[in-house]
Amino acid sequence: MTDLPLTLPVRRRRSSASYRLERRLKKGALMVAVGLVLVYTLFPYYWAIVSSTKQGAALYRDTFLPALDFTYYRALFENTVFLGSLVNSAFVATSTTALSLILGISAAYALGRIDFPQRRGVLLAILMISIFPQVVVLSGMFELINWLGLYNRPSALVVTYLLATVPFTTWILTTFIREFPRELEEAAIIDGCSHFRILTKILLPLMGPSLASTGILAFILAWNEFLFALTFILTDENRTVPVAIGLMGGNSRYEYPFAQIMAASVTVTLPLIILVLIFQRRIVAGLTAGAVKG
Amino acid sequence: MSVKLARADRRAAWLFMAPMIIAMLVVAVWPLARTFYFSFTDAYLDDPTNFSLVGIDNFLEVLDDHTWWIATRNTLVFASISVAIETVLGLAIALLINQAIPGRGLVRAAILVPWAIPVVVATKIWEWMLNDQFGVLNQMLIALGLVDHGIAWTASGTLIMGVVIFIDVWMTTPFMVLLILAGLQMIPGEIMEAAEVDGIPGWKRFWSITLPLLKPAIGVAVLFRVLDALRMFDLAYVLAASSEQVMTVSIYARNRLISFQELGIGSAASTWVFLLVAFIAILIIGVLRLDRAAGEAA
Amino acid sequence: MASVELKSVSKSYGGNTVIRGVDLAIRDGEFVVFVGPSGCGKSTLLRLIAGLIPVSDGEIAIGGEAVTDVPASKRGIAFVFQSYALYPHMTVARNIGFALETLGLRRDAIGAKVAEVAKLLKVDHLLTRRPRELSGGQRQRVAIGRALVRKPEVFLFDEPLSNLDSDLRMEMRIEIARLHDDIGTTMIYVTHDQAEAMTLADRIVVLNHGVIEQVGTPQELYHTPKSRFVAGFVGSPRMNFAPVTTTGGAPDWSLAGPGGLALAVSVAGKRSAPATIGVRPEALSLVAPEAGRLSGTLERLEDLGHEHFAYVRVAPETVFVVRVPVRPTIARDTRVGLAFRDEDLFLFDEAGLRLDHAASHERAAAASIEERAA
Repeated sequence: MTDLPLTLPVRRRRSSASYRLERRLKKGALMVAVGLVLVYTLFPYYWAIVSSTKQGAALYRDTFLPALDFTYYRALFENTVFLGSLVNSAFVATSTTALSLILGISAAYALGRIDFPQRRGVLLAILMISIFPQVVVLSGMFELINWLGLYNRPSALVVTYLLATVPFTTWILTTFIREFPRELEEAAIIDGCSHFRILTKILLPLMGPSLASTGILAFILAWNEFLFALTFILTDENRTVPVAIGLMGGNSRYEYPFAQIMAASVTVTLPLIILVLIFQRRIVAGLTAGAVKG
Repeated sequence: MSVKLARADRRAAWLFMAPMIIAMLVVAVWPLARTFYFSFTDAYLDDPTNFSLVGIDNFLEVLDDHTWWIATRNTLVFASISVAIETVLGLAIALLINQAIPGRGLVRAAILVPWAIPVVVATKIWEWMLNDQFGVLNQMLIALGLVDHGIAWTASGTLIMGVVIFIDVWMTTPFMVLLILAGLQMIPGEIMEAAEVDGIPGWKRFWSITLPLLKPAIGVAVLFRVLDALRMFDLAYVLAASSEQVMTVSIYARNRLISFQELGIGSAASTWVFLLVAFIAILIIGVLRLDRAAGEAA
Repeated sequence: MASVELKSVSKSYGGNTVIRGVDLAIRDGEFVVFVGPSGCGKSTLLRLIAGLIPVSDGEIAIGGEAVTDVPASKRGIAFVFQSYALYPHMTVARNIGFALETLGLRRDAIGAKVAEVAKLLKVDHLLTRRPRELSGGQRQRVAIGRALVRKPEVFLFDEPLSNLDSDLRMEMRIEIARLHDDIGTTMIYVTHDQAEAMTLADRIVVLNHGVIEQVGTPQELYHTPKSRFVAGFVGSPRMNFAPVTTTGGAPDWSLAGPGGLALAVSVAGKRSAPATIGVRPEALSLVAPEAGRLSGTLERLEDLGHEHFAYVRVAPETVFVVRVPVRPTIARDTRVGLAFRDEDLFLFDEAGLRLDHAASHERAAAASIEERAA
């Protein structure tokens, strides 16, 4: 064979010790980076907890540890508006999630397991609906809500939230439902099962985890929604949590009841964070399934 | 499969999709159509049944409004800078999590926290941290000797946009991280091993191998984030509802509709917002498609 | 070109030790094959040599220089992966030449080298294609080309032919052997296919659960395996084994085995009693039941056209495989006898180690004459 001229210079010039040092430096740098990221993501929430447990003037002194004074939390539980908003949010989010899951799984079965020519078109339409700016349906929504007589009622939100949650659940459940092998249904078809039976008796029992993750994501979406909740609910007792917190406090910078707001924030977020941390694998799977395969 | 079976299947498919489709027609298509319709009228919210058609007057009036253009500029500035920072930061954190180091599980769980916090709550927390007299950030800056009195982050016109961008980056970088991480994990490990053995230095491995292979994932993430950022409402509203410096197009449209009760003009503004988002969406998708085609043809 | 030395190399993951205290010296220019069953650690050992995994203990030297702490990119080795690991978004030309870009060569210089290597490996007509447009065999050639163009000191192959069809595998096997003949670089090759090992290797390293069972030339492993494990691993179809009971004491034992086998052996060296005998299928022949050393019932005949295999049940749980050159005219379920020469008998003790007996010396001697003549 022809002789390839030597192109590779001798590379092992440095000592083993210097390579060991390099490795240790790299590892150190990575650990520092990990620390920075942890502080960046977790400090704000930690600070909210710290701030909410300080009493009065202590709030304005800088200490980094919580003082374990739960006055503001106790005050929260006497705040009927706040408690009411928790109930409203829970009602709205749960109803929306339940409805969207039902509508979503039914559509997902068709889109994921049945081959029909307009499938791509429908998926595309769903995708387009999910990028609607919420503002653009406000006028029409107003009409609709009034016509249904739901203005200033939490149920109005259940209806309007479907705009965001149903495309979302449909898209993600479609991706999930496609993961199951064809053989599952083929056996059932040979046995003469109808589509409905295939969905309810075979696929649904297997989709527990998928429904859970999609449900959690939809719940978080509905819980956090702001624009519609602000626009369609007028009175305090019907408000949901995000708007209640958003409107908390006076309008001047000087009389902001920050500690109270922090206490409310911590209360409202704690269950969400716990849910998210427990189900993190499923949540990540749901989010990435929707986006990556799309 | 026989024609008859195929037809039965098709019918079943539409039946299963029917509830979802009906819901979408009621909640999405109809209101959208109504908004378009109202754009051409001079209706007002307090008396919505009494109006007449005014052609494209509303659209022109919006374009004439100086505030509209401020809102548009704010929105575009916000969207571009915010998404750019999130992408770079998200990429960095995703690469970090992808390394086999102790603590990566902790980081992976921790980054979900900013995402799980409602926008309103996150805004309030940061608002408190940035408070000019008592906020912890100013206190630390003073302690470090960098400034001698607290900076009024949210009161200053020029700074407040920066604050909005900063908070948005904090909240949505997790989303970027998750998507990019999923893309990273799809790159077969042996390809990176091959590059390592071949003597390719780390930065070149990243630039010439990892990054090109990540382009689809980054593209999808950027698309979603840009469209989200263009529609942003909550953050700017809660932070400074009345401030013109951070007003987004969504806030503008809602203001015309609700605050000024102008059903017609508000709808026209909303339609402009819709067109803006649609236009940019088509633009980005076009770029992504072109890029993919170029990658395959070259 | 360089030698490779391993001293007491170990690798553990948590409490799980995958490689235990491996000592190995590979000469400059040798073609060494690591074989063993799945999970024996051969791929891990290869990756330790490459530097893709850090050692838990021990030292590795390439070309006389210690590389234990040196990162993979600086060890001057090339690695060919089982999955080829080609860069999917680059053309074949860029795949091959990518490492050269790092060295700062000019574009045309790189192009020339790439063309040369591509021509050698017969992929020069594919230079503008992407990996996904290539067949498995073509991708493998490109992977080899990518490694070749860097003139590495050591070539490492990790089961490169496992993903190919069998006829393609034979073709590539010859190519790799020819490559080694041409450029003479030290090559370390991992495979679970003993035929590949036997045909390609200068020396074979047999691994079992992270320990080296034996290192030797193919001939050495075939004729003088150190243990039952090696004896059963090398050679296809596998050597026939059967348990035996013994009477007497070292060094003279009387063995009683299945199918009426009765032997007297004189064991040299070790004092342990034989526990297992082994005879290769190609060393057995079918004879009349009374004329054989042991007898059994013919259960099955396999006809592969050029050779035949007879399966003879010599005991309730023992079936012996016999390679027969011509199709036998014996019917199924007939009793047959099996004959073999003394020197073809292998003895193993309880621990699996081979015991030397009088006749085996002749076999070893015959084998080394063969080797010298080759």
